[in-house]
Amino acid sequence: MAPRQPRRWVRRWGEAVIERGLLGCALVSVVTTAAILVILARQTGEFFSEVSISQFLFDSQWTPLFADKHFGIWPLLAGTFLTSAIAIGVALPFGLLAAVYLGEFATPRVRAILKPTLELLAGVPTLVYGYFALVTLTPLLQRVLPELSGFNALSPGIVMGVMIIPMITSLGEDAISAVPGALREGAYALGAGKLQTVFRVVLPTALSGIAAALVLAVSRAVGETMIVAIAAGQQPRLTLDPQVPVETMTAYIVQVGMGDTPTGTLEYRTIFVVGATLFAITFAANLLSQRLARRFRER
Amino acid sequence: MSVVDPPRNSSRISGRPPSRALERAFRGLCLFAALLPVLVLAVLLFDVVRTGLGRIDVQFLTSFPSRRPQTAGILAGAVGSVWLVGLTAAIAVPVGVGTAVYLEEYARRGRLATLIEINISNLAGVPSIIYGLLGLELFVRALSMGRSLLAGALTLALLVLPIIIMATREALRTVPLALREAGLALGATQWQVVRQVVLPMAVPGVLTGSILAISRAIGEAAPLVVLGALTYVDFLPDGVTSPFSALPIQIFNWTSRPQAGFAVNAAAGIIVLMVTLLMLNGAAIITRNRMQKRLGR
Repeated sequence: MAPRQPRRWVRRWGEAVIERGLLGCALVSVVTTAAILVILARQTGEFFSEVSISQFLFDSQWTPLFADKHFGIWPLLAGTFLTSAIAIGVALPFGLLAAVYLGEFATPRVRAILKPTLELLAGVPTLVYGYFALVTLTPLLQRVLPELSGFNALSPGIVMGVMIIPMITSLGEDAISAVPGALREGAYALGAGKLQTVFRVVLPTALSGIAAALVLAVSRAVGETMIVAIAAGQQPRLTLDPQVPVETMTAYIVQVGMGDTPTGTLEYRTIFVVGATLFAITFAANLLSQRLARRFRER
Repeated sequence: MSVVDPPRNSSRISGRPPSRALERAFRGLCLFAALLPVLVLAVLLFDVVRTGLGRIDVQFLTSFPSRRPQTAGILAGAVGSVWLVGLTAAIAVPVGVGTAVYLEEYARRGRLATLIEINISNLAGVPSIIYGLLGLELFVRALSMGRSLLAGALTLALLVLPIIIMATREALRTVPLALREAGLALGATQWQVVRQVVLPMAVPGVLTGSILAISRAIGEAAPLVVLGALTYVDFLPDGVTSPFSALPIQIFNWTSRPQAGFAVNAAAGIIVLMVTLLMLNGAAIITRNRMQKRLGR
């Protein structure tokens, strides 16, 4: 079927309009990034016109919603660090072992079932994982650890780790299957067994790809919101004890969002300052991960 | 280290290989790691179904929130979610497909195209709660939309845009170059080729990406909380400027209440959410399989 042909000038003009329109769509993402940066920068600037940077960096308490206000970011950073570290501690070993299984051991049939199942897991809303951490896992852990409080860093950290496993598995398997088969064959020819080949040849060669996956997982854990907002508590606390309630940066933003804080107040601005800190951390991690991934693709 | 180099520690590779039993144990450990998330999900689903299934009835599906867990229901949240997701798709799919078509079919390799591409991959890594802050300042305040459905949908649309763009670009890349050349050789303009040849062949891919984007939007709670979605709503939205609740917001609210009755409600709400997501993902898998069959792969 030949396309209908309108007059030439209509066509040329129409083509130009369409191309501009499509470019306009593409620019939406650029404008989005710009808007995020402008909004975070402006509110952060306003915040620091009222609160000194040294208080933000050196005060050890975060209590903007109380009468006695303190604006030290460290308690929120500690909460975020604690839950993320627990999550990575769970996700990295299990995610990597699962990647080794998919890349080195699994038959094509098992792979064909396991890979889509793991993808499906990535689609479970984090809210659901949060419910699981609070209602199911915490009471279970309390049987073993009687000291464990109802809100804590341990349970959401573990659940977040399980949530991140599929991501590390998928990226790690990409890195492992990018290792040339000749290297494995060389190792076998030298008399190495499967274990030696995996640990001394395959994993070291895939290291930059694995590092990229790890950094991306850290970014994901730091930015994760609902699991920690539900199960970790709302008490900013400068501690590394996983058994007591803490508050992460993301959970603080949710806490203020749930309440009725009037716009334009100092309390309102705190969520943008915390958001800017969060954005800076995840952005740096994402850039680093992309750079590592590029290095492993170039090889 | 280049690919052809022998491993640096090759001298240590020779030597006695570990026993078969050790290898088998390691293999078992790896398999366990691969199955662990699946096991956890199974326990989660079992637990949720055991707690919440008995709570799902007509009353639960057709009631507004309430102070008493026995009389509360998900009507406002569910209807709000349907509105929200419909609007989100109506905004995000055209813009996302337009972006993908521009990058794949129109853009010359250059600084602008690189800038847009880097931008999209960075946006995909921005935590969803940051989008909430963006929506709060940009849509709710600066464009004075208030805490409305439209503001929520625009925020979610920006959030899922990278998913649609990436899926569509992948689908466009599977269309053979020869088809485009044939169209152009017949005297068709570039847009005619895109609209009548390339896009129709990419439809299944676009659909899969859109469904994935929609299922992401359905489960998102964090940006909506920041935006000011309501937890107690006893009316249904009557237009895009209406205040709203959403299913995940309702579940979040029930989860954070101390009374046991509300945890049951949360579990029941999660069942509704998960069944919806499962159906959507099933639809995505079926469209993807059809596409692969048609393209003969």
